[in-house]
Amino acid sequence: MPENIIIPISPEGLLEEVLKMKGSGCRLVQICATRIEEGYEMSYSFGKDLDLYTLRFCIGEDVEIPSVTEIYPASFLYENEIHDLFGVPIKMISLDYQGTLYRTEKKTPFK
Amino acid sequence: MMKISKSPWLLHYDGSSCNGCDIEVLACLTPVYDVERFGVVNTGNPKHADILLITGGINRQNEAVVKQIYSQMPENKVVVAVGICACDGGIFKECYNILGGVDKVIPVDIYVPGCAARPEAIIDGVVKAIALLDRKRELKKRNAAALHKEA
Amino acid sequence: MSKRSIVPFGPQHPVLPEPIHLDLVLEDEKVVEAIPSIGFVHRGLEKLVEKKDFNEYVYVAERICGICSFMHGMGYCEAVENIMEVEIPPRAKYLRTIWCEMSRIHSHLLWLGLLADAFGFESLFMETWRMREKVLDMFEYSTGGRVIFSVNKIGGQRKDMDNDMIREFLGVFADMERSLKELVKTFLNNSAVNSRLRDVGFLTKQQAFDLGTVGPFMRSSGISRDTRKLGYAAYPNLEFEPITSEVGDCYARTDVRIREIFQSIDIIRQAAAKIPNGEVAVPVKGFPEGEYFMRVEQPRGEAIYYIKANGTKFLDRMRVRTPTFANLPGMLETLKGCQLADVPILILTIDPCISCTER
Repeated sequence: MPENIIIPISPEGLLEEVLKMKGSGCRLVQICATRIEEGYEMSYSFGKDLDLYTLRFCIGEDVEIPSVTEIYPASFLYENEIHDLFGVPIKMISLDYQGTLYRTEKKTPFK
Repeated sequence: MMKISKSPWLLHYDGSSCNGCDIEVLACLTPVYDVERFGVVNTGNPKHADILLITGGINRQNEAVVKQIYSQMPENKVVVAVGICACDGGIFKECYNILGGVDKVIPVDIYVPGCAARPEAIIDGVVKAIALLDRKRELKKRNAAALHKEA
Repeated sequence: MSKRSIVPFGPQHPVLPEPIHLDLVLEDEKVVEAIPSIGFVHRGLEKLVEKKDFNEYVYVAERICGICSFMHGMGYCEAVENIMEVEIPPRAKYLRTIWCEMSRIHSHLLWLGLLADAFGFESLFMETWRMREKVLDMFEYSTGGRVIFSVNKIGGQRKDMDNDMIREFLGVFADMERSLKELVKTFLNNSAVNSRLRDVGFLTKQQAFDLGTVGPFMRSSGISRDTRKLGYAAYPNLEFEPITSEVGDCYARTDVRIREIFQSIDIIRQAAAKIPNGEVAVPVKGFPEGEYFMRVEQPRGEAIYYIKANGTKFLDRMRVRTPTFANLPGMLETLKGCQLADVPILILTIDPCISCTER
């Protein structure tokens, strides 16, 4: 049975952990945010063959997190999405849409 | 007498539909259902089109696109809203990004409900649109004649 | 260096059934960069979990996309079933498999038709879609709907197919297989079609991996991975191997999808031979609590459903990452260096589903 596990990490260790994933030959599967009471719960999922590993950490509102586009270039869409829909500030995205990826009627509807 | 209804050209635009109605609109244009037997030809160019088929509801981002397509079409034109989402928002009505049906931004002549709208229903809508196209044209002619008389 | 110019592409474009906008940066005829802007179909249905309870939400999940409607409904149900630890009856598992594979056949035929339309082969488009109608007829016969079926529910299926019906379907598929073998000769051997598809839009194995592509788009670049191997529905009891190609151009993508249609017919045949009798649903009590990442192989590739439930009838979060979303970076890569005239074909060969992508 393929694995499907969630690994808790600290927000500061994000880039380091993502680099480790890259080093062990994982692909980026998805990035998503969930609104929780005191901020956001971030999930970065990586896959190796059929195994799925999800890095999980929580951040407070308006806490800036670094982009992982340097490591996984394809993450720019996920990060722009999270910025536009949740209002999580993400710095240094390789292709930053500055909030125009989704032009929603209500700004950051999931915030 | 020249009748535009002999061969009206049709333009299809996907508002924010789930694809269900879009593929049914396309299915209408292909064998089995085949609206081409009514002389309808599918075109990609708004300036060639007489009938605008819109699927899906309207959101902030496609509002301008729909308005522009409508304004690019030559007079007389007919708008057909296909599917319940295009009629009034449907299951997505409560979504934060949906303004509502197509009639929020442009005038709609024919409503075809259904989720997804069945090809038979779409064909019925298109046939009604063709008849309306003739009526609009007739009306315009009569108005022009009346104006001419006054002058 | 020649002058650069930017050409807008879409959102309304003759070749696109769905709206997407690209800014193409050109040097003469050559595309050097493509920047997408999406959101024309964004509805925000993930947030509807706050207004519809988790049972009602099945209907919303089915309307994420009208092409893989069945699989979206199933993916959502399987995710919730996993959280609630509900084991659905074996017959329901086989029914899900059969309907899934029928969806794959109809989706791939739809795509083949659109591809034929994109390279200007109208009669081939019509012929492919005529064949697709047969699958839709079977859907209508077995579920009552042509596009949106609503046969999934949490705990199993709403409808059963009786065994006579399944036998009848096998006959239709046998006929279809024969006529399809004739039809695909044009896609694979016709010189005019070949000149449009071969050696266009390469994506190497390394690029496909680095950019996180999924589905037939990835498999045609030589990566052998198929999420059906995870073992949801009845797939663990059926024999199949991921279909791959080593080439990675538009022709390879067409070839892979064509072979997948035949594979799906084979899977349906295996499932029909093994389907057990019995119930198709179990009653489900209580509310879900917990979280789960469910993965499903859709016609376009791996889709992910993340569900977080808090023990009430409304879910905390439902997130879906659809295959096209993962394939967009790969598509932008293949566009680099191609001719402007090839752009529509390249966009089509990833089989984009925009309404999935933007939800």
